This record gives sequence, structure tokens and C-alpha cells, in this order.
Amino acid sequence: MPRRIVAASQATTPSTVLTYIVRRLIGAVILLFVVTAVTFSIFFLVPRIAGATSEDLASRYVGKTAGAEQIHEMAQKLGFTDPLYVQYGRFAKGLIVGSEYNTGTAIEQCPAPCLGYSFLKQNPVLPDILGRLPVTISLAAGAALIWVLAGVATGVLSALRRGTIFDRSAMMIALAGVSLPIFFTGMLSLSIFRDGLGWSIGGSFYKPLTEDPLLWFSSLSLPWITLAFLYAAQYARLTRAGMLETMNEDFIRTARAKGLPERTVVVKHGLRSALTPILTIFGLDIGLLLGGAILTETTFSLPGIGQYAVIAVANNDLPQVLGVTLTGAFFIVIANLVVDLMYAVVDPRVRTA
Amino acid sequence: MKKNRVVSVVALGAVAAMGLSACGGGTSSSNNNGGGGTTTPGFGAAVGKVFNPSDTKGGTLRFANSGDWDSLDPADTYYGYSWNFIRNYGRGLVVFKSAPGAEGNKLAPDLAEKLGEPSNDAKTWTYKLRKGIKYEDGTEVKSKDVKYAVLRSLDKTTFPNGPTYLGDFLAVPDGYKGPYSDPNVDAITAIETPDDYTIKFNLKTSFSGFDYFMALPSTIPVPQAKDTGTKYKEHVISTGPYKFETNELGKKFVLTRNEHYDPASDPDTGRKPLADKLQVELNVNADDVDNRLQSGDLDISIEGTGVQAAGQAKVLNDQALKAKADNPVNARTWFTVLNSDVAPLDNIDCRKAVLFAADKTAYQRSYGGATGGDIATSLMPPVIPGQKKIDLYEALTKPEGDVDKAKEALTKCGKPDGFNTVISYRAERPKEKATAEAMQQALGRVGIKLEIKPFPLADYTKLYVGKPDYAKANGIGLIIYGWGADWNDGFGFMQQIVDSRVIRAAGGNTNLGIRLPEVDSTIDEALKETDTAKREALWAKTDELVMQNAAALPGVWSKGLLFRPENLTNVFVAEAFGMYDYTAIGTSRK
Repeated sequence: MPRRIVAASQATTPSTVLTYIVRRLIGAVILLFVVTAVTFSIFFLVPRIAGATSEDLASRYVGKTAGAEQIHEMAQKLGFTDPLYVQYGRFAKGLIVGSEYNTGTAIEQCPAPCLGYSFLKQNPVLPDILGRLPVTISLAAGAALIWVLAGVATGVLSALRRGTIFDRSAMMIALAGVSLPIFFTGMLSLSIFRDGLGWSIGGSFYKPLTEDPLLWFSSLSLPWITLAFLYAAQYARLTRAGMLETMNEDFIRTARAKGLPERTVVVKHGLRSALTPILTIFGLDIGLLLGGAILTETTFSLPGIGQYAVIAVANNDLPQVLGVTLTGAFFIVIANLVVDLMYAVVDPRVRTA
Repeated sequence: MKKNRVVSVVALGAVAAMGLSACGGGTSSSNNNGGGGTTTPGFGAAVGKVFNPSDTKGGTLRFANSGDWDSLDPADTYYGYSWNFIRNYGRGLVVFKSAPGAEGNKLAPDLAEKLGEPSNDAKTWTYKLRKGIKYEDGTEVKSKDVKYAVLRSLDKTTFPNGPTYLGDFLAVPDGYKGPYSDPNVDAITAIETPDDYTIKFNLKTSFSGFDYFMALPSTIPVPQAKDTGTKYKEHVISTGPYKFETNELGKKFVLTRNEHYDPASDPDTGRKPLADKLQVELNVNADDVDNRLQSGDLDISIEGTGVQAAGQAKVLNDQALKAKADNPVNARTWFTVLNSDVAPLDNIDCRKAVLFAADKTAYQRSYGGATGGDIATSLMPPVIPGQKKIDLYEALTKPEGDVDKAKEALTKCGKPDGFNTVISYRAERPKEKATAEAMQQALGRVGIKLEIKPFPLADYTKLYVGKPDYAKANGIGLIIYGWGADWNDGFGFMQQIVDSRVIRAAGGNTNLGIRLPEVDSTIDEALKETDTAKREALWAKTDELVMQNAAALPGVWSKGLLFRPENLTNVFVAEAFGMYDYTAIGTSRK
């Protein structure tokens, strides 16, 4: 009996699907709040456990010649002298309803979801992150398209031509892609194409898609390819392994015996079954990338969230670091949620799991 | 085979790229001699003289910063490159002159008609403003704008990054927090503005070097009605030759010509706004900055700290690239403080033992050899006017150290077999780590055993070695450090690192353990001395006293390796900043 027939008691209905979606959404929200609590603790509780005082934390926000009085004032201004649960409560409240900050010259509103206020840069964190998000999305989306198409296609072809020169070459290139660090491939490609051939590549040429589509495309082309080279390798290997396993299944033999065209057998039956692990890893990869492709953005000087994360860490700017961490967590949770929902489309068995 | 062909093409491409980048980019240099200097490329061609002098205007100068600006607000910035660059969009009362060589270390009146007139006791300083200097919106600069700018810069809660000198010296009321807390600016008599073009500063104590304070960006005028507080950095109202066209915080900003800047009102500073636009990119990969400079895609690495370690060997070993490089000394010394709070370094002879035993050549090697800097024989670098050459511990005659003299000193201090102590360094600084290891090896020869301890850079002085109690409790006897002058004079370099009265229990100290009453009293004398030569001699004396007391081990007088692309015109090193002057430089690239 084909594996896809579902028991009558588990028949999929619209309400079943809706329940599934709602359950996952509630789970995602709870998970995000847990992440905020854990992240907040890492940045504000752990230093206290290590012996840091409110003034020690505040000293990061004052100039190098600040006196004890000034440091104490800053500690009070930033709320570090309040109990930790009050500080977290204030932060959580900001996420839900927004917050306001006294900058000394004005009261600055931080609308919900307020990810904090950087007193080093004197800006709310979220607008900075949102301002950089299009760059990171552009980078992630473009690279994802290339690596999925290239990786999956290569994996399928390698599986179908197992043991041939194509298969061996493709897997060797895949190995190179996984092994070569991105700052190496990135710097080498910049040297060849931008510095050598004068192509308009990298962060210095970046313009938003809405402003100059051609420059947007050319500035991102090399970062896309460099990033995709790293990921396509994994996808090629995964797809190949999945296809090799699937194409030996009985139902594939049955499909061929029924006289279906080989393309239908491979794509509709073989690839669909092999897609599940690809989907899982894709969700994780996209979620991680949207939180900031740190190495790629740094190598190509792209002003995205990854670059922002590096700046935040280098400056020890806790609100910025916290904001980036939460943003990254948000995208990972959402990406996994989307992947889970897509499982329901790809494989009906999981809809009632 | 197909695979071999792909490999060959890639390899060929890589070789071609290296060759192309070695050739550099840009157009041919101008032969327009704008008043002295040279057009012949050579190593150091822009040190002490103008390279490729030109009066030709036009083009866009492309700067890149591997990090972010601390702030474009004149009240809130402390980086040397920022103080160099800010002269493009702000005119303070006084400014460092844009000129090569020693001239560039001199102050010139900018907003003011001339340098300050001190009272007899140097506690009051008066400046007359030039008439007709305008902001970018056409309104005239008045003395009350300068007063307001200075007072707002005293608010260290709102503007924590800027220097605190003015707050330390001006006779403002105790606890004064600035005009955002106390808007009644007129009530503050520490600064008086008897008319629209006169401004008077009243100090708590005499200070003969006050003109240097007036070269701080804090005196760049801010119209109170247009002050947007913490947002002001997003668009600073310009008084300089350029104004902000765009400003994407953390990413890029562009300046264009300020049509209300009148060169006739600026006869003394040497400014030469040649380019039509100044474009500054932020947060650019540091190694990529070097590559782009060499390929002609970029004009100036704005931080002025020079080529990265990875690129230095390439520049120095390639004659064509080396001819486009300069290696100026800057007003920075890398040194090690001997913490007199930690026994037995409270004994002068034990300290002398350290100084004799130290391997100064290894110290210099840790900072990149001769390119990284010259072996220092005292704290004060040679670019500080009045610096006196002293070498009490044979740094030049026995740079590898004098073991015999070190052992003698140890015997005198009652430690003939040596002693143990801790040496600290900033964990993110590989050069400091190399220094610590070199010192461990060198001092080990005489029985001084060093335990090496790294600390995070961001909290190094705030929470660890800069907190006297912490340093003492943890036995940190040797503290690797470095200091760059806030400006090139004795006060600007020495005061913050040798005056014991700046040491605070709360931490964040710049003086990490030098406590010498004779140094403090010499500083007090220097602050009152209005004769420049005598004042410089007193500061040189503090340097000598520090060395006589073996309070610090000088390591290296820092040098940077700067790279100048072919298209740059009118290039010279500004001695005041130790990097190219950013107010007189142009480009032949249109």
C-alpha cells in the first residue's frame, strides 16, 4: 500500500490545519519571550554574578575621563541601579507597548517593539536594525536563490549520474565550497573583479533596489555568489544523499513501471521525498542569515545587520548586542515556523502530528 | 581537461589582479606647483613638505573608516582623525595650522582674529572674533554661539565622548551640568560675551596653554536655537568650507561646498578646500581599505593609523608601492608603566633593574620594527615641542638590555635573585602580547619572573589596571600601555599620564601608577608659565624626572605607514595629527 494514504480518523481538514498553525504560533511567541529573558540575563545578570556593579556596567557609556559621580549618574539614568527584575520588566514592557528614554536634551520615544536604546550611539536600536535589514534580506534572498537552485540541481544530477566524472567533480567543488573560508573567497574575488577588472562590487557601491536596481544587483552579485558557493555545497551533498536513498525505493520502481516520464519520476516523486531534510536546513540557514551574515557583510563592507553586530560587539554596546541577538532569534524562530508549516504542505503526515 | 583549464584561469586572474593592484590606479599627477614641495614620488615625500602641490579644484575625495565615528558633534568627539577632519565643517576660535613640517604644529587664529590675550596671571583669556563669518544658512557667527557651544560640551552625560579639559579649568559653578539642565546661559560668568565679537574665559587656576584648549572642537560655534541635542550630530550646522549633504549614521556621509564660507575670512589657517565633495564611508573592512587604496578605488584611510599589518610587508617590499608611502612619527608612545603601588616596584632601584634589563630592540620588534616606530628613550615623543633627548637606561647604546647593571640595581633594592610580578596587556592587541612575552624573556635573565595576564581592551583601564585597588590587589606591577597626545605640547601629552592627581579610585585612569611629587610640582609650575620656551623646558623636565625615577619603561615612539594614491594632490603630513592633513588635500581624479 502506498505510504501516503492517511487513516480516516486523521483526515486533514481546514480546522486541523488552523489548529496546527495556531499551536505553532503560540509556541513561537512563548519561545521568543524565553529568548528575551535568557539573552537579558546573559548581558545583565551574568556580569553581576561575576561581581560587576551598576557603576561598572555604566562605565561603558561614559567618556574615558569620567569621574565617579558622572559614572553613578549614568548608572541611575540607565536604570542599572534598579533590581534586575525591574530592569527586565521595563525591557519586556518596551517590547510590547514601547518605551521612552530621557536623553538629557529631550524625551525620546521608542515605539513597540522597543529593542532598547543605545546610549553610546544615542539612538533607539530597532530603527538602526530596520535600516540595515533590507541589505541583509537582499543578501540572504539572492544568495538563497542561487544556492538552492545550484545546490539542488547539482545534487540531483550527481545522484542520477553517480560515479561519473560529473558526480566526482561536482562533489569536489562542493568540498571546496564548504572548506574555503568566506573571507578568503571574498577577498580574492574582490581583488580580481573589483580591484582588477573595475566592477562595481561591494558595500561601497551598494544602493537600495528601489533607488538603483542595476547598482543594487552589481554590488551584491559577488557577495551572493561567494555566500552561495559556501551553502550550495552542503545542499548539493544533502540532495545527492537524499536522492540516492529515495531513488532506490519501491515506489520509484513502481512509478517507472507505470510508464511515467523519467522527469516526473525524478522531480515529482524522488525529489519531493528528498526535500524534507533540505527544507529543514534551509529554514535554519535563512533564519541565521537574516540575523546577519557577519563574515560576508564584513568582508564586503555591506551595511547590514551582520556588520551592525560586529560594531556592537566591538563597542561593547550592550543594547545593540541585545537587539541584534533578539532580531536573530526572531528570524530563526519565524523561519522554523515557516518550515514547519511547509512540511504540512510537502508531507501531509505531519499536519496532525 | 576542463578542470585544469578552470584552475588555470583562476590562477591567472589572481596573478593579474595582484599585478594590477601593484600598478595602482588613478590619473596622472598634476605638475602644478602650488608653492613649494615635490612631484617626485618617493618614500616619505609627504613628510615635512608638500607632495604634488596643487591649487586645482574639483573632484570628490573618497575617505574610508574601518570603524564608526565617535560623533560628528563637535562637543562629543575625541579621535585625532575627527579633530583633523572637523576643520572642514567647523571653525573654532583657534586651530592647528594646515602646513607641512613644524609649522603644522603651530596654532593659528580661525574664528578669532588672533591668539588669546591672557591676563597677567593667565586666569582670564580674551578673544576677538572676526566679523562676517557665517554659518551654512547665511547667519553670522556671534560670540554667544561660541559660549553656548563650550557650555553644552561640558554636559558629559549627554556628550560623554569629548574631552573634559574645559570643564576642569573653567570657573563654572560646582555641579554645573550644562545648558540642557540649566538653560540660563547668561548667568554663567565663567564665559563672558561683552559684545557680539568678544569672548572672555575665566579660569579656576592659571593655565598658560589655554590657546590649545581653544583648538578643541568644543569651540566650534553652535547656534542655540538650532541645537537639537543628541540629534545635532545628524546635521551639524557648518561654519567651514564644507557642509553636510547627506549623513547616514554608521554608513556614510557626504559633504559639499559651503557657499557661505569666505576664504578671505580665513587668512591664517592654511586651509585649501580643493575638492568639490568629501565622501566618507564608515565600517569598511580594514584590509579592504588597504586594497582599495592601492587599486585606486579609494583616496584616504581616514583613521590615519596606516596600512594594516597584512599590507605593510607588501608596501615595503614593492618599490613602486613604497614610493607612495610615508612613515611619519606621530605623537604617540607605546610604553610600560611600573606601578609603584605594587612591591617591590615601590623601590626605585627595583624599577631601575627593570629598565636596565628590558630588551628595547624586542620591544620595537613587537611593534613592527623600525617601520612601527623608533626606540623610545623617554616618554615624550620627538614631535612634542621642547622634547629633550635623554637616555638614562642605554636604550640606544645597549638596546638589548644591560644585564650587569640590572643585577646591580637588584642587589641595591635588596632583591639580588630577582622578584615576581604580573605584567598586563590588552587581550585584543597582538603587539602588546608580543611585548609581554619579550619582556618576560628579557627580565627573566636577571631573575625577574613575570606572570602574563591579558585583560579585555574595553575595560582595561575602567575596571582592571586603571583601578588602583584592583591593580594592587592583583599584584599588577607592569602595565603595558600607550598614549597619544591630545595635542602636541607638554600638557597635551604628559599631564594625563604622569600627574598623580588625575588618578581616581573609581577607575578609568589614564595615569596607571606614576606618583611623583616632584613631577606634580613641576606640572604646577608649567601651567603658570606664560613664556613658551620656559614652559616647554618645564614639561621636558617632567619627562626627565619620570625617567630618573624609573617610573615607566618607554618602548617605541610610534610611526605610521601611510599610503597615498597617485591621484592625491597637495598631500602632506600634519604634524599636529600624525596623519595627512585633511583640509588642504585634493584629487586629480574628476
